[in-house]
Amino acid sequence: MGASGIAAKKIEISGVVQGVGFRPFLFGLACAHHLCGHVSNTASGVALFIQGKPKHLDAFLLDLPEKKPLLSQISRMVSTDTQPLDLTAFSIIKSRNARTKSALISPDVGVCPDCLKEMQNPADRRFEYPFINCTNCGPRYTIIQDIPYDRPNTSMTSFAMCPECRKEYEDPLNRRFHAQPNACPVCGPRIFLTDNKAKQVDENDPAQAMALAAQFLRQGKIVAVKGLGGFHLAVDAANATAVDLLRQRKKRPHKPFALMAARDSSLFDHVCMDGDEKALLGSYHRPIVLLKKKAFPLSASTLLAPNIAPDNPCLGIMLPYTPLHYLLLDKGPDILVMTSGNRSGDPLSIDNADALDAFAHIADYFLLHNRDIYFRVDDSITRIQQGKLRFLRRSRGYAPLPVDITPPTDDKPANILGCGAGMKSTICLTRDRYAFLSPHIGDLESIQVHKFYKDTIEHMQKILDIRPLCVAHDLHPGYFSTQFAKRLGDQGIPLIGVQHHHAHALSCMAENHLDGTVLALTLDGTGLGTDGHIWGGEVLTCTYDGFERRAQLDYLPMPGGDAAVRAPWRMAVALLYKVYGPGIMDLDIPFVRSLDKHKLAFLIQMMARQVNCPLTSSTGRLFDAVSALLMICREISYDSQAAIALAAAADVEEATNTAYLFDMKTGADGCRIMDIGPWVRQMVTDIKRGVPRSRIAARFHLTLSRMMVDAAATVGQETGLNRIVLSGGVFNNDMIFSQITRMLGAKSFKVYTHSSVPCGDGGIALGQAMAAAALQRQKP
Amino acid sequence: MNKKDTILLDHGAGGKVSHAMFSELILPLFDNELLAKQNDGAVFEVPPGRMAFSTDSYTVDPLFFPGGDIGELAVNGTVNDVAMCGAIPLYISVGLIIEEGMQVVDLKRILQSMARAAQKADVRIVTGDTKVVPRGKVDKIFINTSGIGSIPTGVHVSGDGAQPGDKVIVSGTIADHGVTILSEREGLKFDSDVKSDSAPLNHMVKGMLESGYPVHVLRDPTRGGLGTTLNEIAGQSTVGIRLFEDRLPVRGPVRGICELLGFDPLYLANEGKLIAIVPGADADNVLDIIRRDAFGKDAVIIGEVTEQDPGRVVLETFIGGTRIVEMLTGEQLPRIC
Ligand SMILES: [Fe+3]
Ligand SMILES: [Mg+2]
Ligand SMILES: [Zn+2]
Ligand SMILES: [Zn+2]
Repeated sequence: MGASGIAAKKIEISGVVQGVGFRPFLFGLACAHHLCGHVSNTASGVALFIQGKPKHLDAFLLDLPEKKPLLSQISRMVSTDTQPLDLTAFSIIKSRNARTKSALISPDVGVCPDCLKEMQNPADRRFEYPFINCTNCGPRYTIIQDIPYDRPNTSMTSFAMCPECRKEYEDPLNRRFHAQPNACPVCGPRIFLTDNKAKQVDENDPAQAMALAAQFLRQGKIVAVKGLGGFHLAVDAANATAVDLLRQRKKRPHKPFALMAARDSSLFDHVCMDGDEKALLGSYHRPIVLLKKKAFPLSASTLLAPNIAPDNPCLGIMLPYTPLHYLLLDKGPDILVMTSGNRSGDPLSIDNADALDAFAHIADYFLLHNRDIYFRVDDSITRIQQGKLRFLRRSRGYAPLPVDITPPTDDKPANILGCGAGMKSTICLTRDRYAFLSPHIGDLESIQVHKFYKDTIEHMQKILDIRPLCVAHDLHPGYFSTQFAKRLGDQGIPLIGVQHHHAHALSCMAENHLDGTVLALTLDGTGLGTDGHIWGGEVLTCTYDGFERRAQLDYLPMPGGDAAVRAPWRMAVALLYKVYGPGIMDLDIPFVRSLDKHKLAFLIQMMARQVNCPLTSSTGRLFDAVSALLMICREISYDSQAAIALAAAADVEEATNTAYLFDMKTGADGCRIMDIGPWVRQMVTDIKRGVPRSRIAARFHLTLSRMMVDAAATVGQETGLNRIVLSGGVFNNDMIFSQITRMLGAKSFKVYTHSSVPCGDGGIALGQAMAAAALQRQKP
Repeated sequence: MNKKDTILLDHGAGGKVSHAMFSELILPLFDNELLAKQNDGAVFEVPPGRMAFSTDSYTVDPLFFPGGDIGELAVNGTVNDVAMCGAIPLYISVGLIIEEGMQVVDLKRILQSMARAAQKADVRIVTGDTKVVPRGKVDKIFINTSGIGSIPTGVHVSGDGAQPGDKVIVSGTIADHGVTILSEREGLKFDSDVKSDSAPLNHMVKGMLESGYPVHVLRDPTRGGLGTTLNEIAGQSTVGIRLFEDRLPVRGPVRGICELLGFDPLYLANEGKLIAIVPGADADNVLDIIRRDAFGKDAVIIGEVTEQDPGRVVLETFIGGTRIVEMLTGEQLPRIC
């Protein structure tokens, strides 16, 4: 301690501490505690020098983590005592090295309460200004072209700040100190409204544009809305005719539409919501949250259109996340359908001209603005299961924040690119203890998605400053992601192919910081196995550098390959054929009676001759088969439709019912094979007896869970392993998820599930990167 | 079984038996003065200008199928390959490799249909060779044919000739041959009639070339189907090709079987269809000419050549999305989940 009773400390803080108002926060906190010193950005975060009376210092250090800015995350704080300097104030020092190597890029953030309050205040200069923001909120990832995150590197560069905005921007004590998207009606972006022929319909008055857009929505029109990370197509959610029109024009007959509600209280009539769900809905990430529909909505006057999410027990709902959304919902309908604005199979439109071209035949009006979106970001889709956050899609509000992959061992993974799979793809870049998963890219089936995929990899590498030394990919040769990796391999970068379900399992191990050998239950749709067949119902033993397949669902043919995925009735035929052979023709059940006999005969010939009948152990296909067999869903128009409808049809009260019988055989290689024959026979008997399908569906779920837990327990006994990871898209099924976790728990397994990345293919890139990291470490 | 009814190794040994087979079986069928001279090769005058020369071997199983057989296929295939070079096919050679024990009636049937096909296409089979190999060395019969033809002056068709703005014409329904062979081979029964489209296209090509309209590319989408052939063209010409799903001509029963099989008609073989890529402005006129031919009645414009997406074929789907039509590579593994 100095002669005057003054102590000093040097503190290094790393984490998300740049571009989130961290330095002004320290400035304010230091002043409040009568401390002097200085702070500057460094390569890994901020460096703080602070001095003053010890009791003030202590109080400051207590407050720091408590009161830190909303968006900041402190991952490390190292404090050392040092000699006091001759200082009389606290100052923010300009960073010497502007290019901050490992600072984390913040995702886009929903508008904060302070900004909202200002926006609603008629006396404020930003009254009803749709682009109001501050360091605690607003766009980030979507407007950044390069690092460092400074205004010239964002799409705000074309807007010169007016003197008033500049003053806020330069004042360390202002909420808008270095808020890069800072703007006001005088100097910032503007909205305008056009018809579907690009003709402006407001009189160059943003207020009128908003008022008209809201009015058109109330009248049942379809309005394309340019938002934060792309376009939405909006209609009044209470107007069934309008929703139907949107379905027709978008050629999207069944897939659920997401909703945006003005406030959570507008939802109480329609969905069930607990505290966690309410908190998630209102969090600054502002994801879409899946919420259970209420069986009997309270007031008929506020009924939502029945065709928003047909045959689905949930509604996907979000709260407004930009000031523009708040204004639109305030003036327009209370709940809007807000479905992604994209050409079928293509990525979100982000450009005005492109949107006008793509949706001229869908939208009646276009609510546009003149701030460019540099990078598209889809809405995240989440739910709460067993009190924990679960991702169906991890995108806006979360990506590109990293997942912490610190393993119990001290090894740091090299810089690796995980290329993902083929559907719902994301990519993953690793650096030190961080895995950066990209926002949702989509199904890699169109040229535009391919382009977005390549752009995403390039962009992520740039803004994160990561050059991968090794590239990990799926084994499926037909995936664009695999082909992309192979091209990198041709340029000399080492490649590592990772089996799809191994990658699923590792993604779950990584986010749970597991090491060593674990059991993995991977229940999934499609993933190429090492034997050339399609897997998706496996028990593996698994480490980061390898796996062994210990149990599998018995193989079923997929008559017609991908055609069998689109047409679940084919899988039902395959299921019956497996058990009854050609005798299936004589089965007297509604499903068989409903089939065109010629088609049925043809399919049987195909399976007998093995013409385009790849084999699969996929759990997803088993769901499809049963869904069709119970006459619930024969053909699908969107992914997982048959399985979702089957789950929706199952009577949850019946879940306590008895399971069907099943059998376990042992294959030539010692792998256990789950035989579905016995329960298919029992199920057919149930069908013949006229047992309600709600009950059969429930028994099916229970049987599947039992069988999987049985298989896992058998392998657990054989191996002595009792930690088990659950991964694969089937765990999006709430009933399966809760049954299996409960049953495994009862058998005293330690069960690990996903909470940081999706259990589906959106999380696979992480697992791939982990496998590659392990193999890299083994290299001498 | 009577020895006279089956082919023996002697039939290909060059001795008396082979000679008898040639003069009694082959010569009368392929009857023409060049072949009758029985020289080691055919000698003939050639017209001035450039020539086209092509060869192909035929190993189809089964040998006989609705709409044709291996013999007809072998003649039409080479006639078409020569025609796709922008040439008028003139002469054809035939090499037969026969498995010992093949039924003579089957061979005769095949030779008859080769003769008929040559007559229809107006080409002469002027030289040939017959070998018989022990059982199991080939599957019943393999046929090689080569053909030459003359290219009219001023004609330049080539796979690298497609230009942005061109239109893509297909001369009729696709996948007929592929579906027929597949269902015959696998014994897949379906009570709707499908048959191979095997046909000579040289008269159609001649009509196009004589019309004077520029034709940039001619191709017959045989193995690998329309999708693979268009990918080849897009690559050779470094252009994009955009197809419209709602314009692809597929016969109802063929579409039905493809759907059931889970096969894309774009990848199934054709044996009597051509793709013509012509300047946009001339497309309708060329289409008219093609439609006047007996084998071109169902011709349609199915797409266009674009500057964007060079090397790629993109299909605009019924629902307004786009799908990449990739080069067919081996087995198609399921990928969607
Ligand atoms: Fe998967
Ligand atoms: Mg050829
Ligand atoms: Zn704010
Ligand atoms: Zn301003």
